Amino acid sequence: MHPIIITVLQRLALGILTLFLVSLVIFLSLDFLPGDFGEALLGQSAREDTVAAFRKELGLDRPIMIRYFDWVGGVLTGDLGSSFSGRNASGIDRSRTVVDLVAPRLSNTLFLALTAAVIAVPLSLFLGITTALYRGSFYDRAINVTTLTTISFPEFFVGYILILILATLYPVFPSLANIEEGSPFLDRLYKIALPAMTLTLVIVAHMMRMTRAAIINLLASPYIEMARLKGASASEVILRHALPNAWAPIATVIAFNLAYLVVGVVVVEVVFVYPGIGQLMVDSVTVRDVPVVQACALIFAATYIILNLIADIIGIITNPRILHPR
Amino acid sequence: MNKESKIHDYSAKSEVGFVRTRRTRLQRILLELRKAPPTAIIGLFIIIFYIILALFAGQIAPYGEAEIFPIPYAPWGGDHIFGTDQIGRDVYTRLIYGARNTVGIAIITTILAFVIGGFFGLLAAILGSWTDQILSRLVDVMMAIPSLIFALMLLSIFGTNAINLIIILAVLESTRVFRLTRAVGMNVVVMDYVEVARLRGEKIGWVIRKEILPNILPPLVAEFGLRFCFTFLAIAALSFLGVGIQPPSADWGSMVRENAGLINFAHYDIKAGLTPLLPAAAIAILTVAVNFVVDWFLQKTSGIRDEK
Repeated sequence: MHPIIITVLQRLALGILTLFLVSLVIFLSLDFLPGDFGEALLGQSAREDTVAAFRKELGLDRPIMIRYFDWVGGVLTGDLGSSFSGRNASGIDRSRTVVDLVAPRLSNTLFLALTAAVIAVPLSLFLGITTALYRGSFYDRAINVTTLTTISFPEFFVGYILILILATLYPVFPSLANIEEGSPFLDRLYKIALPAMTLTLVIVAHMMRMTRAAIINLLASPYIEMARLKGASASEVILRHALPNAWAPIATVIAFNLAYLVVGVVVVEVVFVYPGIGQLMVDSVTVRDVPVVQACALIFAATYIILNLIADIIGIITNPRILHPR
Repeated sequence: MNKESKIHDYSAKSEVGFVRTRRTRLQRILLELRKAPPTAIIGLFIIIFYIILALFAGQIAPYGEAEIFPIPYAPWGGDHIFGTDQIGRDVYTRLIYGARNTVGIAIITTILAFVIGGFFGLLAAILGSWTDQILSRLVDVMMAIPSLIFALMLLSIFGTNAINLIIILAVLESTRVFRLTRAVGMNVVVMDYVEVARLRGEKIGWVIRKEILPNILPPLVAEFGLRFCFTFLAIAALSFLGVGIQPPSADWGSMVRENAGLINFAHYDIKAGLTPLLPAAAIAILTVAVNFVVDWFLQKTSGIRDEK
């Protein structure tokens, strides 16, 4: 077998193992629920048998391994159980299934994150590469100072500054991104302009600085100097010598920041009251709706792990040293 | 005085002894400060300013932390420099108390994270083999979940209060400290002087304190600044989301959220629109200041610059 296939398979196996362990951690967290949880959730007036029935429904009376495999089986077949909210002391169950709650919001979040990524990735790669090539120039220093400041700002600060300027003082965009199902694409884009802009600003700063550092690091390596000394033209150095080795660091930078985007989206959704999965998670944490929180955490963690996995695999299959084994 | 006696008076000891007088610690610090770049000086001043605010919040603030006045959303000026918030608490007072609560909790969390992460990191570096493997894999799994998401999940299970917040964030941050301590510790543990100390029969605690810690301290101090920024921003974000520091404690993150509605009135009164941005700016300025100082410290101790 080609060594590259073996390396990729090893990395895939490691990724699956990580996913398995992370799902285990998220699942086991339910077991740390304080003992009086049923009462806290169902209210003071809950009868003992209602609490017992609730605990039984959660399966807290069954062995842990069986519960875990039930849960994983459910996750794989799209059944994440039902939400805690909507239950009460009388034992009447008006709760909705977790999938019903999560599914429509997941597509909203993906839409927002993708829009931000589509703007941020090319922009930051362009800025990162040009500042690396013209480093020390006024252009480089100006961009550096700007991004260093943006990095230190919390996401909600950036968001509210944008609202203040672009929604209140000069009403160009709406400050609430309350999109509805079935609204036309352009209308949706217009509504999410400010949240997408906030995410872009935060991500571009990080991604651009990391790209710049990666490129500078690369251009300092001996074989680039060798190529220059050999008399290769600037474009030849960049395209033939630098680029083949640059894919891995660039892929890592993009994946790292898209993973960061996943986290940033939580705060930004709350700022702009955007009906996404991040806001759902925060609301569920406030009311301690554990099944919904677990589902959201699993989705976020899986996205994070898979993005990093993809970056690693891109790094492996574009690595000239593995591509052309001796 | 003739030439003869001058030679006679000369003593190597007096001259060399003078030159070799060690500068006191204070003198050395002042000397370093004079050479520091302006950004680092500004950063230091800002940090000291915040520390003073945090320590003397009770004396500086005009009113009590949770004191309620009859007029909610009062405009700027008059009795209330920055107006009042949604239930009539003085915004200026709460900004000052916020320095104590938000920054204080962030510092406690960071210290706890360093105690946990540093201890296990050194343990992994010194003992190696199985201890190292188990700890490292555990940390790998914990780091595979984005920390804000992990924190949200744990808070929903253990409940949201300040103590849970501190413990959860400290444990999550300690994974990063563990990685760094283990990495730098590994390089020092294999040094000859450590081996000599252990062969001499010194106890493990002594070896750590006298031989290993002094050699891994500079990167850890720089990391402390960076970790503080992360923890501080995480606490601010969680409080902003309503699951961090709980009312009636004044806290910058939740102040932003509570007063966010005012931003819609910026058209009529620009000052009202700025009110929710004040605590957010307080967070941002401190983060920038710490970053400036850490940057300078990194350049000093490792000689590594961003450029090159």
